[in-house]
Amino acid sequence: MNKLSQERAPILEALEEFKRMRLVPFDVPGHKRGRGNKELTEFLGERCLTVDVNSMKQLDNLCHPVGAIKEAEELAAEAFGAKAAFFIVNGTTAAVQAMILTACKKGDKIILPRNVHRSVINAMILCGAVPVYINPQMNEELGIALGMKLSDVQRAIEENPDAKAVLVNNPTYYGICSNLKAITELAHANNMLALVDEAHGTHFYFGENMPISAMAAGADMSSVSMHKSGGSLTQSSFLLCGKNVNSQYVRQIINLTQTTSGSYLLLSSLDISRRNLALHGKDIFRYVVEMVEYARHEINQIGDYYAYSRELINGDSVFDFDVTKLSVNTFDTGLAGIEVYDLLRDEYDIQIEFGDLGNILAYVSVGDNYKNIERLIGALSEIRRLYKKDKTGMLRHEYIPPKVKLGPQDGFYGIKEQVDLDASDGRICSEFVMCYPPGIPILAPGEEITDEIIEYIKYAKEKGCFLTGPEDMAVNKINVLKGGC
Amino acid sequence: MDLWYSEAHTKSVKFAIKVNKQLFSAESDFQRIDIFESEEFGRFLTLDGFMMLTEKDEFIYHEMIVHVPMAVHPDVKKVLVIGAGDGGAIRELTRYKTIESIDFVEIDEMVVKVCKKYLPQTACAFDDKRVHSYFQDGLKFIRKHEDEYDLIIVDSTDPFGPGEGLFTKEFYGNCYKALKNDGIMVNQHESPFYEEDAIAMKRAHKRIVESFAISRVYQAHIPTYPSGHWLFGFASKKYHPVRDLNADKWNALGLKTRYYNTNLHRGSFCLPNYVQEMLHDVE
Repeated sequence: MNKLSQERAPILEALEEFKRMRLVPFDVPGHKRGRGNKELTEFLGERCLTVDVNSMKQLDNLCHPVGAIKEAEELAAEAFGAKAAFFIVNGTTAAVQAMILTACKKGDKIILPRNVHRSVINAMILCGAVPVYINPQMNEELGIALGMKLSDVQRAIEENPDAKAVLVNNPTYYGICSNLKAITELAHANNMLALVDEAHGTHFYFGENMPISAMAAGADMSSVSMHKSGGSLTQSSFLLCGKNVNSQYVRQIINLTQTTSGSYLLLSSLDISRRNLALHGKDIFRYVVEMVEYARHEINQIGDYYAYSRELINGDSVFDFDVTKLSVNTFDTGLAGIEVYDLLRDEYDIQIEFGDLGNILAYVSVGDNYKNIERLIGALSEIRRLYKKDKTGMLRHEYIPPKVKLGPQDGFYGIKEQVDLDASDGRICSEFVMCYPPGIPILAPGEEITDEIIEYIKYAKEKGCFLTGPEDMAVNKINVLKGGC
Repeated sequence: MDLWYSEAHTKSVKFAIKVNKQLFSAESDFQRIDIFESEEFGRFLTLDGFMMLTEKDEFIYHEMIVHVPMAVHPDVKKVLVIGAGDGGAIRELTRYKTIESIDFVEIDEMVVKVCKKYLPQTACAFDDKRVHSYFQDGLKFIRKHEDEYDLIIVDSTDPFGPGEGLFTKEFYGNCYKALKNDGIMVNQHESPFYEEDAIAMKRAHKRIVESFAISRVYQAHIPTYPSGHWLFGFASKKYHPVRDLNADKWNALGLKTRYYNTNLHRGSFCLPNYVQEMLHDVE
């Protein structure tokens, strides 16, 4: 077969051809090109509903691709420099699960930083893998967790030579990158897989002067949230594989949990977005970086805000920084990040990605323009003028190193009871507690609850963080294991 | 030939002017700019297809946006004008000898160039020595000024195009910051009549009320704007637009105007009940 060019979009082309055929639908979905659901068609548009269709011969099948989806996956693999790429329609969560489930079986160890997304720990609950956490380094001034030090990874590998894989965030939500290439080489030298969570790193594959991408670093698998900086529809992602993994086995793992009714809206959005990035990615991310650098410079002129960047780089725990991230520390304004986040939305009609205790993140993409950037800067300047207050009593730390007592699966499925949060000090937590976003657990199943953590949770609630995870949605009570471990 | 310019004032209402010829059309970095010539309204400027001004009725808008605050504030020396690339507000301002400096900020330089060439009736005072032009985003400009201006005039387009940022709380707040402690801000305030305009009008009023101690609205009749019923905002830190009107002083200046007079000044702040209710709803 001739190699297709990146200008092609096989799924899009197949859908267009399919529309021309005007098939009479006696298959699912039952809305039949939208005709059976007029309200929905009016809301989403007829063009959208006519391609919300089921797998069929000319459109291929996501679970067993042999036609258009196969071609599209091959093009994606080429665009990302991977050996194989999978279209994922169950969110990057599904891609992360597939990585962990590919690398680990029950009882297998995996080395990873604790500031991972909840989907990583969820996958361990599912498969019974046991985490070997590396506490990320902290930046005391900003209160944020950084990357992993190479020497910490080295020690963890030496102490756990039987571990199956090392997982790396590339980058973190805040834009921090570890030394991915060296960590990958270290993992490979010890017969471990290098897995990468690139939920926030799609642009590393297409922009210029970006931190190194997982595939370029020689890593084995990577989960890429195409719907974040890549521009595809929410819930669509890529799972990438390097040469060391058996991609047909990976597909079997994906098919354990992924839907058999893959949405063609999501699939086509991945295909079209891959083509767009392959053809125009350099220009797109040059523009994004230009806007973010401008915003960073202007925000740092306002005073009290600190929009940080590459000056954090220290050769190890901050090996590189993703300059497309507009992360801003708000501590010196006396306002928690979450308070600035709420003010921006409630008073200035500006919705940013997240605010935590001391930082905010504004997500800037190809869809932005300078007009809106000016609004953000103007609003931050006004918030400082009108709301600045004394900063005594503010909590600075976004991250508290956990005391892991049990693996996530044992912690989650153990016999549990519900106790008051205030009375939980010293108990083993059997559920997650996290602020969402960013979705990095404060507590995961199997971890000991401490006074410091209780104080953090209460402070986050008081400041207005959206706490998720526990059965008790108000997070006044918490599930703990009966009788300790 | 039967050539008409038309503008949808709502989804189901259309306003049209018979056009003799189109004098200019181009797409700038920010918007589409057109100049037409008509029998009834003379030359007129449209941005993105929306009517900005006609030679026949621009005097109403420009007199009302300038003379109302000028007759209230006792000593305007430094003025900032944002938007207004047609130059009409600048023209009216330069008639005051006591004004020492006019900073003029317009995002789209092409509008000014085009108006200088085709609309000399309004774009006639840019060369006044007191006028300093800045071609940049108004929100960006204002952010860097504090306690500096006696009067700020916001002569923006509708809030759905490049002028969107000039209808926001952050913009009004930054204007407050840039004004001296007895400063006044006057703004183009949309119309109360058609629903979509009224929503924008109420939103703008809410945002201004949140920023300024005194925030009042006044009206004028502008035949070529949707519904013809148009509003202006008067926001101030100290002066009341009617109680602090110094009619004798303004009349002594001897400025000849076609629409504005000091009696109309008082009357323009008397609003129809339905408009009062709309404003009250968001105050």
